[in-house]
Amino acid sequence: MRWLLLKDLQILRRSPLQAVLLVAYPVLIALLVGFAISRDSDKPRVAFLNEIPAGSRVSVGQTELPAVEVDQRICRRVDCVDVASREEAIEEVRSGDVLAALILPADLVDQINSLSTPRPGAPQVEVIVNEEDPVKAQLVDDRITSLLAQANLLIARRIANEGGKFLDLVINGGDFEVIGQTVEILGLRASAQILQALRPAVARGGLRKSLDQVVEFTNLSRSNLDVGAVLLSRLTQPIAVDKQVVSGGAPPLDLFAIAVAATLTLTFVVVLLVAGSLALEREENAFARLTRGLVSRSGLLAEKVGLGVAVGVVVTLLMLAGLELFVSLAWERFALWLAAIVGGGAALGAAGAALGAGARDVRAVSLLAFMVSLPIAFLSLIPSGAVGGALYDAIQALTALFPFKPTLRAMTAALDSGGDSIRGPFLHLAALAVAYGLLARFALRRFAVT
Amino acid sequence: MEGTATAAIEARGLVKRYGEREALRGVDFGVNPGEVLAVIGPNGAGKTTLLSILAGISKADEGDVHLPSGDVGWVPQQAALYRRLTVEENLLLFARLERHEDPHASVEEMLVLTGLGERRGEIVARLSGGNQQRVNIAIGLLSRPVVLLLDEPSVGLDPRQRARLWEFISGLAGGGATVIFSTHDIQEAERYGERLLVLADGEALFDGAPAGLREAVRREAPEAADQDFETAFVAFLHHRGH
Repeated sequence: MRWLLLKDLQILRRSPLQAVLLVAYPVLIALLVGFAISRDSDKPRVAFLNEIPAGSRVSVGQTELPAVEVDQRICRRVDCVDVASREEAIEEVRSGDVLAALILPADLVDQINSLSTPRPGAPQVEVIVNEEDPVKAQLVDDRITSLLAQANLLIARRIANEGGKFLDLVINGGDFEVIGQTVEILGLRASAQILQALRPAVARGGLRKSLDQVVEFTNLSRSNLDVGAVLLSRLTQPIAVDKQVVSGGAPPLDLFAIAVAATLTLTFVVVLLVAGSLALEREENAFARLTRGLVSRSGLLAEKVGLGVAVGVVVTLLMLAGLELFVSLAWERFALWLAAIVGGGAALGAAGAALGAGARDVRAVSLLAFMVSLPIAFLSLIPSGAVGGALYDAIQALTALFPFKPTLRAMTAALDSGGDSIRGPFLHLAALAVAYGLLARFALRRFAVT
Repeated sequence: MEGTATAAIEARGLVKRYGEREALRGVDFGVNPGEVLAVIGPNGAGKTTLLSILAGISKADEGDVHLPSGDVGWVPQQAALYRRLTVEENLLLFARLERHEDPHASVEEMLVLTGLGERRGEIVARLSGGNQQRVNIAIGLLSRPVVLLLDEPSVGLDPRQRARLWEFISGLAGGGATVIFSTHDIQEAERYGERLLVLADGEALFDGAPAGLREAVRREAPEAADQDFETAFVAFLHHRGH
C-alpha cells in the first residue's frame, strides 16, 4: 500500500496547480481569517461633523450637566473620520470611503435643553448613508440606532441623576444655587418636624385638626417621594438582562472562526483529493489492473483515505501555524488538535471515496465534491433560532449525515480549553467514517472494467 | 473446440450478460501451452468480454475457466498506466506491487526488452500513443507470465513498432508462454495467430487454424474462397447470418 501512497504523492507533485493550491489555499485562508479576527470589526468608518459650539452644556432647569465629551464617546464606538463640512461628509459617503456620516447640528444642545421648558423642541442628529447595498444599509441602521440609543441612555441617566438631587432637596432640604444666590431649602422632613413642634401651642379644635392634616401630608409626601427617587433612577433602564446559558458554552469568537477555517480547509482538501485520486484510477484505466490481485479494493480505499488524512493533517497544521502570527493558540492541546484533524480527515476521506467511487472522471467528481461540500458547510453554520424549528431540525438531521459539522465540533473542542469534550464528535466521526467506507466499497463494485 | 487435455487454458460454456444483452453465449475453447490464439470478430462480438473473464477482471454468469498455475499477464485495450509518472516509475510501481524480489532489475530487463530504455525518464503523457502502448504491454509482461492476454495490442502502433511487438510476442510463445490476443486486423490474425477463434454476437463461430477457416469459407461461401483473407472472412460471417 505504501507504494500506492508514494505513487499518489508523486502524481500530486507532478500537478503544479494542485500542489500550489494545496499550499496556497490554507495559507490564504489563514491570512484572511487572521486579518479578520485581529481587526476590530465593531468599528465601522463613519464621517463625523460636530457643529455644536464649544462649551455648550445640557442643562436641567437651572443646572448644567457635567460635560460628556460627545466626540470621544462616539469615536470609541466607531472609527471617526473628521470632516469640515456637510458637503465633505456627503462626498465621503458617496465615494464609499465611509459607511455613513453623522452630523451633530449646532442647535442640538439648545434643542435638548428645551425639553425641560414649556415649549420643548425636537433634538435631531443627521445621518447620511448610501443605501445602494441593502446589507450595508441594514448594518448602518443597526450601528446608528445603537449609537443613538447609547446617547439617549446617557442623557436620560444624567437627567435622572439631577432629578434625583432635586427630589432629595425637596425631601431633606439643603442649599440651592439660583442666579448666583444661595437659597436654603427647608425640605419636607424639617417642615414636618417644625409643624409637629408647634402642635402643642395650637388650641384644640379646627386649627389643630388642620395642622395635623398638614403634618400627615408632609410625612406621606416624604415617604412617597423617597420611592419616586428610586423609580426615577430605574426609568433610564427599566429592564435589565439576566443572561443564563443553558447549553453550548460558546467558545470565544476568535477560536470559533479558527475552527471554521480549519474545518473548511480540511473538508475541501480531503474530499477533493480522495475523490479525485480514486476517480483518477478509473480515468487512467489502472483500477482493473491494480485490483487483479495486486491490491484489494478495500486496501485501495484505505490507501486513498490515508492519503487524504496525511495531506489534510499537513495542510491544516500549516494553516494553524499561519494563524499563530495573528492569535495565540494553545499548542499544549496539540494532541487534541491532531485527534480532531485525523478523525475529521478519516470521515471526510471516506465521504470523498464514496463520491469518487460514484463518479466516472476527475472533473465530474471535483464538481460533485464542491456541489456537496459547499451547501453542507453553509447549512452547518446556521445557528438555532435563525430559522423555524422544523426547518432547523431538518438541517440538523441533514448536516449530521456529513462529516463537516462533527469535524467543526471536534476542532472547536480541541482548540477551546473551556469547551465541550471531543469524545462525542469523535465517535460521530468514527461512525460516519465506517458508514461512508462501506458505501464507497459498495460503489466500487460498479467501478470495474465493463 | 480444439485443444488437448493438457491445455494451458480451457473454457467451457462461458455466458456473460449485461442486463438483457448476452455478450457471450456458451463459448467453449482451449489453448495449448506455447500456442498463439487470435480472437477475431466484428465490433460487439464479445472479444474484450472474453479476455476480461480470462484475466479475472469480470466473472462469467455461467461456465468455467481453467487457468494454469503461475501469472496470467493482461494487457488491456486502453493503456492502463499513470500518465503523470515516468516510464520507469510506472514499471517500478507495478514491479513493487507484484512483489518482485529485485524490482529495479525487473524494470531494467523490461526496458531493454521493449526498447524503452532511452525513454525511461519521460513522463508517459508526453509519449506518442504507440509508445504508451509499449509501456502498457511492458507492464503486462513484468511478471513473465505463463499466459499472456492482449486486447487489441497493436492499435496505435506504426508498422515498425508492430513488427517489434510481434517479434517479441513470438519470442515469448517460443519460450513456452501461451498467448491469446484479440484484434480487428484479420491479416494480422492470419499472420501471427496459430489458431483463430471467431466470435460474432457472443457466439464462437469457428475455432481452428487459419487454413481451416479458408476451408470453411470454401465450403460455405465458395464465391469468396479465392478472395483475400479479410474478404473471405466477411463472406463467412455473412453466410453465418452476421
